[in-house]
Order: sequence, then C-alpha cells, then structure tokens
Amino acid sequence: MRDADKPGPDGHEKTGPHRDAVIEVENLVTHYGEHRVLNDINLTVRAGEILVIMGGSGSGKSTLLNHLLGLLNPTHGTVRLLGEDINTLSLLEMTDLRRKMGVAFQGGALFSSMTVGDNILLPLREHTRLDEQTMRIMMRLKMEVVNLAGAEDLMPAELSGGMIKRAAFARAVIMDPQILFCDEPSAGLDPIVASSIDKLILDLRAAFDMTIVVVTHERESALAIADRICVLDRGEILVLDTVENVKNSPEPRVQDLLNRRAEVPEVDPDAYLARLTRGILS
Amino acid sequence: MATVSKGGPAALLERLGRATINAISEIGYAASLLWEALYWLVLGHFRKQPVRVSHVFEQAMQIGVAALPILTVLSATIGVMLALQGIHTLAIFGAEERVTTGIALSVSREFAPLITGILVAGRSGSALAARIGTMRITQEIDALRVIGIAPVRFLVTPPLLAMIVMVPALTLWAILVALLGGGLLVSMELDMTLAVYFERILEDSSLDDLLHGLGKSLIFAVLIAVIGVVNGAAVTGGAEGVGRATTRSVVHAISAIVITDMIFVFLWTL
Repeated sequence: MRDADKPGPDGHEKTGPHRDAVIEVENLVTHYGEHRVLNDINLTVRAGEILVIMGGSGSGKSTLLNHLLGLLNPTHGTVRLLGEDINTLSLLEMTDLRRKMGVAFQGGALFSSMTVGDNILLPLREHTRLDEQTMRIMMRLKMEVVNLAGAEDLMPAELSGGMIKRAAFARAVIMDPQILFCDEPSAGLDPIVASSIDKLILDLRAAFDMTIVVVTHERESALAIADRICVLDRGEILVLDTVENVKNSPEPRVQDLLNRRAEVPEVDPDAYLARLTRGILS
Repeated sequence: MATVSKGGPAALLERLGRATINAISEIGYAASLLWEALYWLVLGHFRKQPVRVSHVFEQAMQIGVAALPILTVLSATIGVMLALQGIHTLAIFGAEERVTTGIALSVSREFAPLITGILVAGRSGSALAARIGTMRITQEIDALRVIGIAPVRFLVTPPLLAMIVMVPALTLWAILVALLGGGLLVSMELDMTLAVYFERILEDSSLDDLLHGLGKSLIFAVLIAVIGVVNGAAVTGGAEGVGRATTRSVVHAISAIVITDMIFVFLWTL
C-alpha cells in the first residue's frame, strides 16, 4: 500500500489514484507587473484529500490560494475545480461553482455588522429558498459541529480568536461544500486552540468527506492534518509529496522551513557598505 | 552620479500627470460601478442575485430617517437666517414684504438641496466609505465573492437606491421645514400671519422651482453614493487608510455637490 493510501490521522481512508481529481492546476504562471510570483505550478488534489500548502512569507502561497478561489486571473496556465476551468466560466457558472466551495479566511472575514448566526446563514439566505426555521436548524447543526453552540446571537467583535475561526468554518461549511479552503487556520492562536482547530479540520473531512486545501506556515499543524504537503518557495513548488517524504526531503530549503531555520544570505562586504552609504558616498 | 531633482518643474509636471491619470481612472471606475449597480438592480433577479428590498429599506432608514432630527434643526435655522437676512436687506428699499420671494426661491432651488446633500455626504457617504474600506482590509469583500455574492449587488446597489429615494425626500422635508422656520420669523418681524406667508410663498414659487431642487438632489444622491464607494474600495494601509478614505470621500462629495450645483443652475437657466 502506498503511503498516500494509508488511513490518515483521523482514520479516514486517504485519497488515492482511484478517486476523482477535484482540483487541477496546470502550468500556472502569475506576474505582478514585472515580478513573477508563481512559476509553472502543477498540482492535483483528489477527492477527500487534505493538501497543505506551506511556504515562507512571499513564497506565493496566498497568491496560489487566490487563484484556486478564482479571485485572480493567471498570466498563463489553467485552474480546474471539479472539472471546470474557472477562468473560462461565466459569472453565473462561477456563482454555481462557488456554492460547492467553502472558504475559511485567515482573520475569519466575518461581517462585522451581522451576528454570528446571520454570518453563517448568509450563504443559505442568498442561494437557497429554504424557510427560515430550516435554515436556523442547519445553522445550529453546523455550530454544534464546530463547537460554537449558543454563540449565534453574539457579534463578531465579542468573539475570541479561536471562536472567530470556528465561526468562519461554520459559515464555510454551511452549504456542505465539496471543497474547503482554509487560509492560515491556526495562525495567531495559542497551541491548545490551534490544536483544536487542526482536530476540527480532520473532523470536517471525516464527517463530510470534503477535499480540503490548507495554506499555512505552521509546521505542527501541517504535519498533523496533511495527507500531502506542497512546499512553495519563491513561486515554485519545491516538493509535493506525503508528509513522511516531505519530512525526509533532501532539499535544504524544505528542511529550513520545517525546522524553522532562517536562511542566512552570504554578505558581500563591499555591496553591503555601498547599500548603507548610497547617495552619501560616491 | 546623476541625481533627480525632487522639486523641479519636471517633478511637478510628473505629479500633475499622475494625479490626472488617477482622477480619470477613478472617474472611469465610478462610471463602471454605477453601471454595474444598475445592472444588478435590473437583471439581478434573472441572475439569481436579486437586490433585497430589506437591505434597501435598512439603508433608507439609516440614510433618511436617522438624519431627520439634525436636518430639521439645520433647515429651520437656514429658514430663519434667510428671513432675517432678507428682511434686513430689503428694509433698505422699504420692500420687506417681498422677503417671501427670496425665501421661496432660495430655499427650494438652492439651500434645501445643498444642505441636505452636504449633510448626507457627511453622515452617510463617509459611513459608506468607512464600511467598504473596512470590509476590504478585513477580507470581507473577498468573502462575499467566494460565497458567490456579487459585492456591488450586495454593498453598492442598496445604498445607491436608498440614496436616490431618500435624498430627494429629505430635500422636500428640508424645504418644508426651512419655509416654516422662515415663516415663523417673518410672522414675528412683519406682523404677517403664517397663512398669508404661505399664500405668498405659493404665489412666488412654481413647480419648476421645486423640480429644480429635487432634480439636483437626485444627482447629489448618486454622487454621494458613488464617491463613498470609490473611496472605500481604494482603501489600503489598515485603519489609517480607512480614516483617509473617509475624509477624502466627504471632501470629494461636498466638492462634487457644489460644482454640480453650479453646472445645474447654469444649464437650467440657459
């Protein structure tokens, strides 16, 4: 049995080649002006898989996530979600596709003028014709799943960091999406709360068989939840493999990232001096 | 080593050029925003993204009903001020009784739409800029998009529609209150009853004067909403950026109102 096909940390049967590809990225290239942010990214995520995208600041992981969410158009290449090339879809088709996706943003992105309950209900109110009672039952069910029962009448400003993340997860899964994207789900949380968020991600996969893409730079979280890890550096994929293989990767920059070793650039003393005295000495 | 002067004519020209390009780009963005807002208003229902009446109503309450107390005070004050100034000026010619003409025309054509526009720009235009700016930096607008909600339909069309309804309604209220305020002063100063005062007001003004004021207020409503949204959408740099955008939106909206007022008067009186 391949490592990728063994049961995951939640006992869930991991993805394998027999399951459908849910996310396919081919030859993705993105420029911000002259600067190339992503360079020839290729990856496939299969149904039920948890893929963790890791990388340092400026590695391009947020840009890649924005492409997967359809918030950016690539300079070159394609992004297919559930078999649809998202950059060729009409607005109406994209809206339909987005109903099958959920996103938990880094800061929660809860609407501050609405209660937690109304935040979670918003996708249902906008996209379904269910009656209010049914929607409220669904909302309470999802709040139970994320351990946030009883908080529906609170305003986002009254929540702790961990509760905000949980509310964001509840909103992200209210429509029972096939794909869940999480941007830095445990960033800024203490280790115990971060660990509970990791468990929540695994529980959501186990309960709803979702395909989950997590962008994070938290090593512990990544190792705890991932089926596979994609390590980005300077806009390129350094390694895309199972957790064990990534941990044993011979690539020094992968080890630097996993072991929190800062990259120490070699310093040219003359160039350093010239940089400091620019415009003063010539 | 060659250095670039930071204060020379070339730099000044460059700054002017950049400012011009930015201004043209903002006007273009405002036009596209207005077009998209109207698109969702008309076609939203057929695109599974209807504009919710409850959202428009909520905005109308904030923009219109919540502004009534302060607008009433300001309009009454302006009516009294116009009456005082008019009586004082016309007394030079012994024509105090003609003060009603001045009050009727200046209130309905100029002061009521202007004071309403400026008040709504300060209260609701700035709030709109702050709300959209804050939502932008906290990724709430991205959240709307990934939920499958068109941000313009959800955030722009309701306040735009509410402004288009409420600003003329507030202007009409401001006209009535200012006329009443002026009437109370005139009745005290000139021993003229309120009934006679309003009879003269009706004689001195026409439907054209009322339409002039309401027509202007309709344009002011669109300007306030669009300027608020454009400034909010351009926010960068966190809370300080939101503050800057809010201030900028008030300054731009009031400037646009005053300039549009002048152009409107010019075109109407051609």
